[in-house]
Amino acid sequence: MPSEPSDRSEPLVAEHVLEFPGGYTRSVGPVIGRFLTELRDGRLVGVRTASGGVLFPPAEYDADGEAVTDEYVEVGPGGTVTSWSWVSRPRATHPLDRPFAWALIRPDGADTALLHALDVGTFEPGADPPRSLRTGMRVRPSFRAERTGSIRDIACFRPDVTMITAPSRAEYRLNAGRALTRFLDGVSEGRLLGHRCDVCGKVYVPMRGLCPVDGVPTTEEVEVADTGTVTTFAVNNIPDPRAPQVPFVSAYILLDGSDISLLALVAGIDADRVRMGMRVKAAWKPREEWGRTMENIRWFEPTGEPDVPFDAIKEYL
Amino acid sequence: MSRDVAVVAFAQTKHTGEDAGLTEVELLAPVITEIKQATGLNRFGFTCSGSLDYLAGAPFSFVSALDTVGAWPPISESHVEMDGAWALYEAWARLRHGDVDTALVYGFGKSTQGSLRELMTLQLDPYYLAPLGPDQVSLAALQARAFLDAGHKEDDLRAVAARSRAAGRANPYALDLPDPADEGYEVAPLRPHDCAPITDGAAAVVLAAGDRARELSERPAWIRGIDHRIEAHSLGARDLSRSESAALAAERAGARDVEVAELHAQFSHEELMLREAIGLADGVRVNPSGGPLAANPVMATGLIRIGEAASWIHRGEARRTLGHAASGPCLQHNLVCVLEA
Repeated sequence: MPSEPSDRSEPLVAEHVLEFPGGYTRSVGPVIGRFLTELRDGRLVGVRTASGGVLFPPAEYDADGEAVTDEYVEVGPGGTVTSWSWVSRPRATHPLDRPFAWALIRPDGADTALLHALDVGTFEPGADPPRSLRTGMRVRPSFRAERTGSIRDIACFRPDVTMITAPSRAEYRLNAGRALTRFLDGVSEGRLLGHRCDVCGKVYVPMRGLCPVDGVPTTEEVEVADTGTVTTFAVNNIPDPRAPQVPFVSAYILLDGSDISLLALVAGIDADRVRMGMRVKAAWKPREEWGRTMENIRWFEPTGEPDVPFDAIKEYL
Repeated sequence: MSRDVAVVAFAQTKHTGEDAGLTEVELLAPVITEIKQATGLNRFGFTCSGSLDYLAGAPFSFVSALDTVGAWPPISESHVEMDGAWALYEAWARLRHGDVDTALVYGFGKSTQGSLRELMTLQLDPYYLAPLGPDQVSLAALQARAFLDAGHKEDDLRAVAARSRAAGRANPYALDLPDPADEGYEVAPLRPHDCAPITDGAAAVVLAAGDRARELSERPAWIRGIDHRIEAHSLGARDLSRSESAALAAERAGARDVEVAELHAQFSHEELMLREAIGLADGVRVNPSGGPLAANPVMATGLIRIGEAASWIHRGEARRTLGHAASGPCLQHNLVCVLEA
């Protein structure tokens, strides 16, 4: 009993529980009993109605009040969702303790549906219903290992398998090839090398050993500056170990003296201030950290020079 | 036997969204006093009430409510473990017998004392449904999904909630609830504003037959038709996207050409389903009181619908109105009452 309230205006409130200890004992009768017995054995059965339909779960009478026959029909286990609701914050009384759906499920071979919980995966509390959850989706029961003859012998229903996650991994030792090796040798000395095409005169950095436009081999080596112009760029919101922060900017940079732009990071400026035509310069790591890799250049940073007009870079886009 | 029966008086509490510190009896007593004073009647030929013992968690709690009526010397009395609208139906049938002329009908409920959403699970079949523990909102949301799948929009539901809450703010007996906000789902596709609020309250109606009704009221609201129909309990055996039982009850009650309809829609989509089922024309004013979405004193809510519909006729502001009550999960059971000046 609550203690005497100190302030007479405070409501006097008592905790109260209404309970039948151990639960009511209920007979199930022959129709529901047959269903629960089959369920304990891991089978779903419906009952044939006088009009020839299959009532599931079985009841003594159909919705029109007609007594059912004594013919039991195995249905499912596959079934179709005919309606659903999404519980993003389960109650203590609910069968699952994480977000789940209630669903009406009509097993194959039945004409009516069963209410049960539908587990569609792991979600944060409060999550919106997943898009995969829809009327018409195909599901199957997940039976408990220990069954007693209760509707809860089905732990829940689960969607049919429509997707798998396929592991994918292969390991290689990649050779950079002649042209790229020569380029990275240059980078290891702080130089950016390219080839000029004999036919079109364009300079490709890094060199490929051929001109992709003219289809001819190239050999004339040219060194270009480590300064250039941003031709176009993207703001990335997915973390990358090479980038200083999120969001970061990856950009195509047309190095001065080159005719093809190079993909690199841009830093030293807020992502929302990067622009096409912006002048940049390579930010090299300390010389003692250099190797035969483009990682010698951390990223490009603004030089502060005036932007290059669009017309000057438009043909490099 | 077939005498005309009318609603001659209606009273209700100022419903609250929180426990006002009153017992059910204390909640009900002023309403009974008010309706006795309004009619000048102290004794009634028949008394019938609707309430739910599970709300207070006490067996036969409706018996103590008789203290408010004054049941000595013994009165002719009955009770339904249903909304007071079904008590009204019983009283209407009783008055048609012809040997008594007046009936007091009341309903009351305090939903704030337990978890109403989970208490309603106790009404479900104990074999297939109750062991799963589906709460009231979860089941209503299943029906809402079926209704939306049949070609309706969530925005339609929000519009019902917005209109109901605005009307409720203008109704001194209903709760003051804000316009629907952008909030998450209660149980998708239903949002908190799509669900009737937890409410405490009570209501009473006096019915009278024939000339007695004309003596007691300047403008009696005559019951021209009243009917109730029930569907299968198993949700999976029904087409949840429509309410066949409401359509049938409406047809049997002659629900045509009404000007105002008070619908016992505890969830936004239920109002839209009931409009369709009952066949209400676009011009009909639906739930001008705010309806259950603005105040839902369980076990009185349906009776209040009939009382509100009758009040339009009592005030001389409408000639033909409709009150509806529902019971069971997902509009399983529907009652339609058509009233006329």
